[in-house]
Amino acid sequence: MNIAVTKEKLKPADFASDQEVRWCPGCGDYAILKAVQRTLPDLETPKENYVFVSGIGCSSRFPYYMSTYGFHTIHGRAPAFATGIKITNPELDVWMITGDGDGFSIGGNHMLHVLRRNVDLQILLCNNEIYGLTKGQYSPTSEVGLRTPSSPDGSIDRPLKPLVFTLGTGARFAARAYDTQKNLPEILKRAHAHKGTSLVEILQNCIVYNDAVFDNVLARDVAAEKQLHVEHGKPLIFGADKNKGIRLNTKTLTLEAVTIGDNGVSLDDILIHDEKNRSLATLLAAMDGRELPVAFGVIYCDPAETYEDGITHKIEAAKGPEAPSLDALLRKGHTWQA
Amino acid sequence: MNELKIKADPASSLRREASSVVIRFAGDSGDGIQITGSRFTDTTALAGNDLATFPDFPAEIRAPVGTTFGVSAFQINFGSRRIETAGDDPDVLVALNPAALMVNLARLKTGGTIIVDSGTFSERNLKKAGYKSNPLEDKSLDAFSIVNIDITKLVLESVKEFGLSQKEGLRCKNFWVLGLVYWIYGRDRSDTVDWLKKKFAGRPDIANANIAALNAGHVYGEVSEIGAITQLYTIPPAHMPHGLYRTVTGGEALAWGLVAGAELANLKIFFGSYPITPASPVLHALAKMKQFGVKTFQAEDEIAAICSAIGASYAGALGITSSSGPGIALKGEAIGLAISTELPLIIVNSQRAGPSTGLPTKTEQSDLYQAVYGRNGDSPLVVLASHGPADCFDVAIEACRLATKYMTPVMLLTDGYIGNAAEPWLIPSVADRAPFPVKKETNPKGFAPFNRDPGTLARVWAVPGTPGLEHRIGGIEKEDGSGNISYEPANHQKMTNLRRDKILGIARDIPKQSVESGDQTGDLAVVGWGSTYGPISRAVNNKMADGKKVSHIHLRHIWPLPQNLGDLLRGFDKVIVPEMNDGQLKTVLRDQFLIDAKPITKVTGQPFKISEIEGAIDAALEN
Repeated sequence: MNIAVTKEKLKPADFASDQEVRWCPGCGDYAILKAVQRTLPDLETPKENYVFVSGIGCSSRFPYYMSTYGFHTIHGRAPAFATGIKITNPELDVWMITGDGDGFSIGGNHMLHVLRRNVDLQILLCNNEIYGLTKGQYSPTSEVGLRTPSSPDGSIDRPLKPLVFTLGTGARFAARAYDTQKNLPEILKRAHAHKGTSLVEILQNCIVYNDAVFDNVLARDVAAEKQLHVEHGKPLIFGADKNKGIRLNTKTLTLEAVTIGDNGVSLDDILIHDEKNRSLATLLAAMDGRELPVAFGVIYCDPAETYEDGITHKIEAAKGPEAPSLDALLRKGHTWQA
Repeated sequence: MNELKIKADPASSLRREASSVVIRFAGDSGDGIQITGSRFTDTTALAGNDLATFPDFPAEIRAPVGTTFGVSAFQINFGSRRIETAGDDPDVLVALNPAALMVNLARLKTGGTIIVDSGTFSERNLKKAGYKSNPLEDKSLDAFSIVNIDITKLVLESVKEFGLSQKEGLRCKNFWVLGLVYWIYGRDRSDTVDWLKKKFAGRPDIANANIAALNAGHVYGEVSEIGAITQLYTIPPAHMPHGLYRTVTGGEALAWGLVAGAELANLKIFFGSYPITPASPVLHALAKMKQFGVKTFQAEDEIAAICSAIGASYAGALGITSSSGPGIALKGEAIGLAISTELPLIIVNSQRAGPSTGLPTKTEQSDLYQAVYGRNGDSPLVVLASHGPADCFDVAIEACRLATKYMTPVMLLTDGYIGNAAEPWLIPSVADRAPFPVKKETNPKGFAPFNRDPGTLARVWAVPGTPGLEHRIGGIEKEDGSGNISYEPANHQKMTNLRRDKILGIARDIPKQSVESGDQTGDLAVVGWGSTYGPISRAVNNKMADGKKVSHIHLRHIWPLPQNLGDLLRGFDKVIVPEMNDGQLKTVLRDQFLIDAKPITKVTGQPFKISEIEGAIDAALEN
């Protein structure tokens, strides 16, 4: 850990590769790339230990634009590659970049299992609710009714909520942000500090095939009313006047938005955010900007033993006092002399 | 135990000496037939016989009791001479119920012996097995010698004192039978007794009941009028090359060979796998080798299994994955990525009968096309095939050598038969093998991820965590040298040529094809690969003894093929290729050498019989 202190601190530009970025002008991925490049200099990982792993899709080109080690793999399988990398060398600092199609459609099975195993990775899910690289078909996070080349009369697939899925797998960290969010590096640092799989859903605008899809939440004129930025230990307050809050309806076990001062509602009625409360996190993750605002920030964080540590411990436990000999093993048990 | 050993064999004078015997144990899936077979195997090996086994069991774990599809069998061929196959036709069939008799009778040699448990030949069981009348009473078994014993009743008597339930008591039946068979062949029981004590250390009552059943079966033989039940035999030890032996299955030898190969390459193993019949024994064996630093990962599916292994190779370990045909199909895209990124990788295919789910527990060699050709794009890799249980050890080491030296995936073909079968093994010394340590790139000066060794064409292996070598790789076509994404037409041609030439160049680094038996030229070459080794070897040797100019050539290197193979084959008037598929190696040989290789095919899920290969040799020589 002293290495980073003694070395000259790297700058964001030191993490940019010499490759020309090939995303469409105005793509949300640019902002995410910049946020990651702004985040890494503040971390203590030696540069050579970073590995960026991705699958297939627009966002999966990400590793080519980083000057770290990078592996652009195959569609949907990045979690499996990342798992093999991390188990092999737990010293490596592995970041996985995926999209809504790569991560939750073709790669849904791997996503489920990497999350439940709790391999120490950061997973950045660039969710633009559309297939970009294949030219605009609806994705597993697209809203019902979305008209695309493959759903000319409107999609009938019901959308998946990535963070609800994440919490359902038993994952230990879930956060949400959006591409141009100023404090995105802070959220990424929280994800990095968490030992275990950290999934960050980043709402990412696809300017070509699904432009402004998040405007109902992100547009300047609705932002204050439609965004709830959660903080551990603080009440769940939102609104331009900071007078709205989230209350638990104990009869229906659902969340409701209330205004402090109306109908006898006081600050005491408002829920306090608890990152270690999976039930609360699941309710917050499901808020979709219709009746309730969308939650941003670290929604859940409750560390547990990582998968690779489990493997390392088993190997340590299996080792005897002396170096093992294969020749001795082959001669164990039933043998006879001819 | 010693008393058992020192007791003189009262029947020694009546034992007839035999040079080899084939026994087939058969019963219900729940009868413990495979355990019976493996205990008999160990005892036979300790008695110094050469042997080969063929576990033949259904895909269903416990099919309904008494049904023909629930019959499990274990065949062993053992003798004082060299044994190369599990035997064409059994001399002895042990049938623990009517269904086992129904399924296996057709294989039995005319005049062979059948040991049956008459206690199971109830009307109900006969009906379930499809018998219209009791074969023990009608004259349908007149061509055989029948040893008809109510084993069910005798077993329950022998274990009465242990207070087991009827169900638990009947579970001892296999050991009662084993005791009787040990008597017939004059075998020592002590190894089996030791095994039972160890196996059931936590349930001494079960151990003792089984030991009592084993002894009771043996005593049954002893007290019967000697020779009255059946002819007794003695099979002297085989003359085998001097040294220390053990029995080994293909699954074990493969796992150990991979660990040995990784040790010689100075690498740690990462083994990513998903359970599939009949490949799982390799996963099981390696999961028990954590003390060697072996990391096994049971992935969520076949794709994740190979992808994790490729990730491991990228991170500097020797990534290995293992499956059977259907699973290999799922891995196809990822194999392409390993070819494109030029990372070392071993893919073990324990072949089974296909297509689709096929016959999961039955053996076949029908994934050769899949191994050599079965991916999108021009995507060459190395294909090796092991020819028997012990051979898996050497082939695994060769796979490790080629994968790391040439930075390439290697497909290692074995099959269900090899994986589960056992044979005696002259234990090799890993310490005496020449190491082939891998040199990873560490020097940033002039580094580019696709810099190549001009001799092998292998690219450098630069592992994350190495300062100054940060780089990106992926499945998009890359520029040679820099590794940067390149859509240049000429570059794709160049990279395709490089990937091809790298693999074909390996032909210079593998042994020239030798002839297993027979002359370098002649009337007929019998070319095999994989587990057909035993029957081809015996058949060719038999025909050579008849004065025929026939030779046996057996391929370990399927791709690239040995450099001299074309010339070697052209030295024969005719070439036949016995394969347990519809003629796959035949196609490759025709394509590569423009020779008229003729297929001899069999896809019944059963290995070739020696007589079948002999027939094919005769037919080829006559035409």
